[in-house]
Amino acid sequence: MLLTIDWLLIIEKLVLIVVVVLVALGIAMYSTWAERKVAAVMQDRKGPTRAGPFGLLQPVADGIKLFFKEEIIPNTSNKFLFVLGPMLAMMTAMLTSAVIPWGNKIELFGRTIDLQIADVNIGILFIFGVVSLGVYGIMIGGWASNNKFSLMAAIRGASQMISYELAMGIAIIALMFITGTLSLKGIVEQQMNHTWNIIYQPIGFLVFFVCALAECNRTPFDLPEAENELNFGYHQEYSSMKLGFYLFAEYINMFISGVVMATLFFGGYDLPFLNEATLSPNIAALIGVLALFGKAIFFVLVFMWIRWTIPRFRYDQLMNLGWKGLLPLALVNMLVTAAVVLWLNK
Amino acid sequence: MQALTTRAKQVDRKPMTLAEKIYLPAIFKGMAITFSHIFKKKATISYPEQKRPFSPVFRGLHVLNRDAEGRENCTACGLCAVACPAEAITMEAAERQPGEEHLYREEKYAAKYEINMLRCIFCGLCEEACPKDAIYLSETFAPSNYNRASFIYGKEELVIPHPKENPDAYKKALGNRAKKN
Amino acid sequence: MNVTEILFWILSALAIGSALMVLLSKNPVHSVLWLIMVFFAISGHYILLNAQFLFIVNLIVYAGAIMVLFLFVIMLMNLNTDTEPQKNKWLRLAGVVAGGCLMLVFVAAFREAEIQRQQANAAVRLVQMGEGNIGLIENLGKALFHEYVLPFEISSVLFLSAMVGAVVIGKKGD
Repeated sequence: MLLTIDWLLIIEKLVLIVVVVLVALGIAMYSTWAERKVAAVMQDRKGPTRAGPFGLLQPVADGIKLFFKEEIIPNTSNKFLFVLGPMLAMMTAMLTSAVIPWGNKIELFGRTIDLQIADVNIGILFIFGVVSLGVYGIMIGGWASNNKFSLMAAIRGASQMISYELAMGIAIIALMFITGTLSLKGIVEQQMNHTWNIIYQPIGFLVFFVCALAECNRTPFDLPEAENELNFGYHQEYSSMKLGFYLFAEYINMFISGVVMATLFFGGYDLPFLNEATLSPNIAALIGVLALFGKAIFFVLVFMWIRWTIPRFRYDQLMNLGWKGLLPLALVNMLVTAAVVLWLNK
Repeated sequence: MQALTTRAKQVDRKPMTLAEKIYLPAIFKGMAITFSHIFKKKATISYPEQKRPFSPVFRGLHVLNRDAEGRENCTACGLCAVACPAEAITMEAAERQPGEEHLYREEKYAAKYEINMLRCIFCGLCEEACPKDAIYLSETFAPSNYNRASFIYGKEELVIPHPKENPDAYKKALGNRAKKN
Repeated sequence: MNVTEILFWILSALAIGSALMVLLSKNPVHSVLWLIMVFFAISGHYILLNAQFLFIVNLIVYAGAIMVLFLFVIMLMNLNTDTEPQKNKWLRLAGVVAGGCLMLVFVAAFREAEIQRQQANAAVRLVQMGEGNIGLIENLGKALFHEYVLPFEISSVLFLSAMVGAVVIGKKGD
């Protein structure tokens, strides 16, 4: 009775969603391990070594620990919103992966499968929109905890995210002048045929990178969760897996922003000096997926490297950098890009 | 005000230059430093497998020493208990019976000898006070435990292994502070 | 009924229900959260109209930025039910009159639309669902910068003046 639905397509997409979610969770798990290892080697330590070889089972142990910890919901908190907070944080973190082209087409069981959950023609704006919703997880969680520190952190987080979204959006607009499309797939295909966008937009990339750090609440912009001044900020009252969700969401956000940076500026699943046409499509797609993951993981490692190098900004410095530094820089970048594009097209 | 040393420096409060304002050079410098630390030697010592050597003046848990024939040195004179600033040591004396000469060196011995390791401050004054070289601080850490009672060490824990029956354990427990006999 | 219509009814019910909850909930923070739900439902309608750009801009601007600021302010004010001001009887009367006027306007608008629909061919529906591409970014951009370029620029000047005003007010404290 319901229209003729291509059930195979739905199954295909569902499988893809499950795979992407599982991979993102796995990467987030091992990001915690990588974070501890990176911190350790930069401080002349060894990091986790006990659970499994090189401490590789440490994230599993941490996960089990978090699941079995007691769930505490504060008496005076707003119960529903208190539970909703981590859910929102996790959901917005996962949603962005829907429009990312993970690789080229592969052929399986006689079907051509697109390694992208949804190729919407506003892909980059979709990511931008979901990221802008990410602040609700922090705000609702922080407010529902009914705790001064959490509220402070929630407010800091909200104002920080709004401030840095502007510069990020303008950096994206400058990029759009060059690509002429909002579809992530289109952007990647364009970069495969020409050069990577980083050549045309180095300043745009710089602005985007700094804003991505701020959007992920990573040091030096980790004011919402400032350990030593706000007692871990918005997730102070959280325990057990609800806390785990917040931490997971942060790492997934990091991974996704690494993927987005790779897609927008570094050719996505494109591997230079490799002619995909000479390989069978499946192998080429696999190499592409691996290339994308390699680039994304590189960015995640750079995020960690930065975290263990620089201290946190003061709040006024943060706002100064956002509004007086990055925003004008992004605007100038946008105007110059627009002028050059107009001049070249003439 | 007259400065006490010549090391005091005036704080530089000049406004930041452009290079400092854009933060990036300083950030890259810092990142280079942290990156170079990846290749430095790690300071970590994986404890139960690897152990650091003790310093020669290290003062750990006490042992009650025996002489070369395995007889207990302690005569229960009580000087260690008097010397102890934390009042951690208590003892009860007993007279050596005929036939016990292979157990105790002197005519009097400690029937009960207890050290409360929670009170002990590991100052080593008992060791200095002992006229018979009977008590020494060895090279072991105070272990952790779940109840207070198990921190009160009696003779079973304190008396050193027999030097003839168990020479390896004796040497290990003695450490390098005790006078060799 | 096809899938689009089912979705339309679900989204409409969600939008109206959430809008009612905005008014009915006692806690202002809950009101703001319900309002965000309303925006989501309306964004869903944009998708049904094949206006993907409007969908995402609605989310970014309203749900992502403006509502965050609302929430921000309300959280800081810490409004409780007992701090709520007593309502004036005259105020209530004015509210009824204003609401009645709004309803009249709506009824008139619907009638007008009905007449237009009858005048035009019955095949042309009031709302084009899942078709038409005026909401796509390319067409929207062309429409904005060709047909509506003057109103567009005037409104941007208006925003600029509002921004300058905000800066002036903010500077006054120093």
